[in-house]
Amino acid sequence: MVRYVLRRVVYMLITLFIIATLSFFLMKMLPGSPLNAEDKLSEEQKQIVLEKYGLNDPVPVQYVNYLAGLVKGDLGISFAFSNTPVTDILMDRIGPSAQLGAQALVVGTILGVLLGLIAAVFHNGFLDYTSTIIAVIGTSIPNFVFAGILQYFFASELQWFPVALWGDFKHTVLPTMALMIFPMATAARFVRTEMVEVMGSNYIKTARAKGIGEVGIVFKHGLRNALIPLITVIGPMAVSLMTGSMVIEQIFAIPGIGEQFVNSVIMNDYPTIMGTTLLFAALFVAIILIIDLLYGLIDPRIRIGGNNS
Amino acid sequence: MSKLLEVKDLRVSFHTYNGEVQAVRGVNFHVNKGETLAIVGESGSGKSVTTSAIMGLLPKPQAEIKSGQILFEGEDLVKKSNKEMQKIRGADISMVFQDPMTSLNPTMKVGNQIMEGLIKHQGLSRTEARKKAVELLDQVGIPHPEVRINQYPHQFSGGMRQRVVIAIALACNPKLLIADEPTTALDVTIQAQILELMKDIQKQTESAIIFITHDLGVVANVADRVAVMYAGKIVEMGTVDDIFYDPRHPYTWGLLGSMPTLDSEEEELYAIPGSPPDMLNPPKGDAFAPRNKFALEIDLVKEPPMFQISDTHYAATWLLHEHAPKIEPPASVKKRMEGFAKTGGKA
Repeated sequence: MVRYVLRRVVYMLITLFIIATLSFFLMKMLPGSPLNAEDKLSEEQKQIVLEKYGLNDPVPVQYVNYLAGLVKGDLGISFAFSNTPVTDILMDRIGPSAQLGAQALVVGTILGVLLGLIAAVFHNGFLDYTSTIIAVIGTSIPNFVFAGILQYFFASELQWFPVALWGDFKHTVLPTMALMIFPMATAARFVRTEMVEVMGSNYIKTARAKGIGEVGIVFKHGLRNALIPLITVIGPMAVSLMTGSMVIEQIFAIPGIGEQFVNSVIMNDYPTIMGTTLLFAALFVAIILIIDLLYGLIDPRIRIGGNNS
Repeated sequence: MSKLLEVKDLRVSFHTYNGEVQAVRGVNFHVNKGETLAIVGESGSGKSVTTSAIMGLLPKPQAEIKSGQILFEGEDLVKKSNKEMQKIRGADISMVFQDPMTSLNPTMKVGNQIMEGLIKHQGLSRTEARKKAVELLDQVGIPHPEVRINQYPHQFSGGMRQRVVIAIALACNPKLLIADEPTTALDVTIQAQILELMKDIQKQTESAIIFITHDLGVVANVADRVAVMYAGKIVEMGTVDDIFYDPRHPYTWGLLGSMPTLDSEEEELYAIPGSPPDMLNPPKGDAFAPRNKFALEIDLVKEPPMFQISDTHYAATWLLHEHAPKIEPPASVKKRMEGFAKTGGKA
């Protein structure tokens, strides 16, 4: 088990190295320079700035310098934000995004699993159709539509929650709700399909033949088996939620990393683009590892390094 | 011998998009305490539906018991609520299913799956149930039960899994064990082991067994009495000797004739022509008549009643009517019957 995790960590580092390399050269191929926007600088001043940030060196030299910094955990200094180190910017910005993403993921998944469960248990009944309709709406309508509706009813009309901005927990409620619709709908769809299949399987028949009550059958025998495929979709969804939704962050004026990413691309802020990309990639591979370990926890058949005595 | 279970005129229908499928059409039989009744028949003859009805596990809302009684120790199971049936299932009546590869929960330890019933029906504590589960695994011939109890089904082979399924069924000392083709999905050598195990267990626990199968070799091996089912009805019923040495229904002849044996000299294996009737529109008269070369004219018009041949032997065919022409079983089947007589029923 420990060896497996260590090996996976090595693979993760190799993956990150490849991503760093690719995105570094891709970024260099982008037209323009970070200074285009600032027209007030003279040619001489521009040269001084370029020299200072090492942008006049040949690209391979820049690459080696960047990697050298990266190994030390130094992501460089942002061009756009008054000499702030990129790590500080990311630390600052990831907080709100991760909090919103995590809240949306947890609430959305739990509600989705419940919805799917209800739909499966009352298969082809009224509750099933209701939950299926909710799921279809949730997957097909983009979340910014919900964001607008939520803002209108709960902020503008009812005034229960603030319209936008970042502050205490109250500020997180509406964006969380907007973000949560998609994971909820996805989880509901997966759990329903899987649960219907599981409830028709032979081991459920065995459990019934043992005289187990319906509640025990659904929760003890059914749910766990129905959750296995859900984990597969939750992983990538978790990453995309935690790394921030640019649109939702714009609508609710949240100082998250999604918004930051867009701005840094517009401004050709190379170190910030690189830093954000690497952060997303690192989160992604880390979550995939966690998911793989979770599989084993839920499904003993794929337990890693198991003791097959 | 006293009757443990008596099924009277059981009729079960399935409601489908195409209409009502009459899966079981008036089945009568009984099972005595401690005996083994084999129910034999083709796929779709209603064997499994009959046993699902006994267990109260017919799929709802598609299936419906149209009429009949299932008397278990004198109480009618048809009238019981699902809650009441939950107390009976796994405790007094339990079931072994066909496919051991899928009938165990893959995400639950084998021990827990055995303990569940004990905790539910006998009110044992977890420690007591665990002790009993180890004993059960030992009883069904699983080595190192105290280690195996903590393993998951995927760590067991097919035969071993079926032993676990049997252990689950036996957990609460059921009075009636229903085995729905318990050996069909297993290798031949493992089949023999499982059959031996079931016979041993019956000797120890004295529970009655309903053994569903389409394998007549298995029937000869385990059963005391045999019911032959065709198209949702029992067409012939008798002791193993009655059925193997003196079969009377042409369908039973067909089944016996189509059984491969090692020393069969015929080049071709006999097969019953045609296919089972469509139970959406059951045929008029005898359902087997269209496939029966011995069919009489009356078979196409009127369903034959059960004729009694001896105290234990009954068959539903007009050939047994006093005015019917005397028809002998086909020569190949006759040879089989003589063969069975020599080997004591073993195919």
